[in-house]
Amino acid sequence: MSRMVTANRLRDGAVVFLAAGGRWTRRVAEGHVAETEAHAAALLRAAEAVPTEVVGPYLIEVAAHGGSWVPLRYRERIRAKGPSVDTPVKQPAPGA
Amino acid sequence: MYAYDSFDQSLIAERVNQFREQVARRLAGEISEDEFKPLRLMNGLYLQLHAYMFRIAIPYGTLNSRQLRTLAHIARRYDRGYGHFTTRQNIQFNWIRLEDTPDILAELAGVEMHGIQTSGNCIRNVTADHFAGVAADEIEDPRIWCEIVRQWSTFHPEFSFLPRKFKIAITGAPHDRAAVKVNDIGLRMHKNAAGEVGFEVIVGGGQGRTPAIGVTIRDFLPKQHLLSYLEAILRTYNLLGRRDNLYKSRIKILVAAVGAAKFAEAVEEEWTRIKDGPLVLPLAEIKRIEAQFAPPQYAPADPFPPEVVAKRQASPAFARWMRSNVAAHRQPGYAIVTLSLKPDGGIPGDATAEQMDAIADLADSYSHGEIRVSHVQNLVLPDVRRADLPALWDRLTALGLATPNIGLIGDIIACPGLDYCSLANARSIPIAQRLSERFADPERQREIGELAIKISGCINACGHHHVGHIGILGVDKKGEEFYQIALGGNADENASIGDIIGPAFSADSVVDAVATIVDVYLDRRQEGERFLDAYRRLGQAPFKEKLYAAH
Repeated sequence: MSRMVTANRLRDGAVVFLAAGGRWTRRVAEGHVAETEAHAAALLRAAEAVPTEVVGPYLIEVAAHGGSWVPLRYRERIRAKGPSVDTPVKQPAPGA
Repeated sequence: MYAYDSFDQSLIAERVNQFREQVARRLAGEISEDEFKPLRLMNGLYLQLHAYMFRIAIPYGTLNSRQLRTLAHIARRYDRGYGHFTTRQNIQFNWIRLEDTPDILAELAGVEMHGIQTSGNCIRNVTADHFAGVAADEIEDPRIWCEIVRQWSTFHPEFSFLPRKFKIAITGAPHDRAAVKVNDIGLRMHKNAAGEVGFEVIVGGGQGRTPAIGVTIRDFLPKQHLLSYLEAILRTYNLLGRRDNLYKSRIKILVAAVGAAKFAEAVEEEWTRIKDGPLVLPLAEIKRIEAQFAPPQYAPADPFPPEVVAKRQASPAFARWMRSNVAAHRQPGYAIVTLSLKPDGGIPGDATAEQMDAIADLADSYSHGEIRVSHVQNLVLPDVRRADLPALWDRLTALGLATPNIGLIGDIIACPGLDYCSLANARSIPIAQRLSERFADPERQREIGELAIKISGCINACGHHHVGHIGILGVDKKGEEFYQIALGGNADENASIGDIIGPAFSADSVVDAVATIVDVYLDRRQEGERFLDAYRRLGQAPFKEKLYAAH
């Protein structure tokens, strides 16, 4: 089972994924994938150790798709891609 | 409307400073998320799927134009240019940055607003009839009592950590537009045999996982005893309500468990003890609040202005809008206008900053600067001269706010669902959009008549699906979105909980299923019979038969 760590960024709540080197990225494709139980647990521990960067880190299941990674559950796909509906105003988030 | 005194103002100014320090400490890592979460929630700041969400209280759904302009400004400066009006008559901003929140609260405090009582296990922002003070059928303006309850409940130390959140709604009219029977406490103003106005007290209503219609525990409560009686109910609930199980902690569970009669007995016993104490409302205080809700000085106005008659004849679109979006006002020559936030294919309850600014201008020009938010997620201009209706309609049409669907099938309630909400199991908005497109034809809507579709993306029922004539609940079935349909729910004085019609429908088939239900109704209804009445007469069988025949 392929898994990665996701969380919300503390300062703006944005959805982020734990990438290689302990970096947080907005792109699920850049997430660090764990293939074993032990590796996944280690990634989660690393994420939990930075409480001033992110809120509520947890593991999600991902699958390889078109040379990238996509979350398996649709809830997580919506988190990764944003709302499935057009927002009334096409305006980027302040500071995004 | 009510204007803050120096006490109110200093209370929320202190809260802004407090929260500014709390946010700084969280960002600096001096407090953990576990420590910070209850503090942010007490100010209406949630963390949702994609960002922080700020829920701002609009007490009993009443806003002035200055407040609405501030909300537009917040949408533009701190969010993505829009806001979402909710079924608790509040507004939510979906894309908020934590570090901006103290500044947002400061801007809100400048116009007598805040996020207090929009989260947590406290008495939440009190809701009311959105036509309060102007409805032709009203006995008395419930906002006076909402404001008294607001002042009593704000930071009430005994009721800040209840077993669960607690919702109160008040109506002053016989036709219930405030859904009082599905609140923890519903108050319905009426006259007793002596002609005095008081409250029928209804408790234990609610939606969520275990929907219930409230039961009357006191038929007539004299007005001066309102607070002591509420305190007796809350105290009884606070002492006896369950805290061991989140799903069994609302007052409706307690009332069902002990029985309405026993619960009423416990309340009356406590009330007898405290009723003549410091919570008796002094007449002078009632008068002071009442004066703030005094009706504006209405200039004499023609009840049948010739320009309205002419426009109705010339424009079928205007005539349709008049029928569905304009309601009777208590003052001759005036009307109540509902601005539909449900354009065809749009997102129910969403308004852009530009629309909010424009509505504030329209309120100043046509409605004494006042706006209301309805629990059905629309906005209302409560005080419009009938002679101004043609000009107002032109302006609203240009803004996309004159969709003639109030009370019709296009006037759909939908929670934010899985597109935004971290609690949701399924999306609500796309279903609402597809239904709204499917039934966009205004003549078809008129032919169908009064029909309330209400959609929730999870069992918490923020989209009021239990009391929709057609209620739709999104569920997760093995990782896929499905939609359960219930029929026969109703939120007014004849409230009822909908009956689940059968197995859930896929996202692809749910809109067709609703269309089938509508077809059965049109086929089987009697002359002038509304959907709800037809369903109550026919029962589930004919709908079920058609729905599952080809399923």
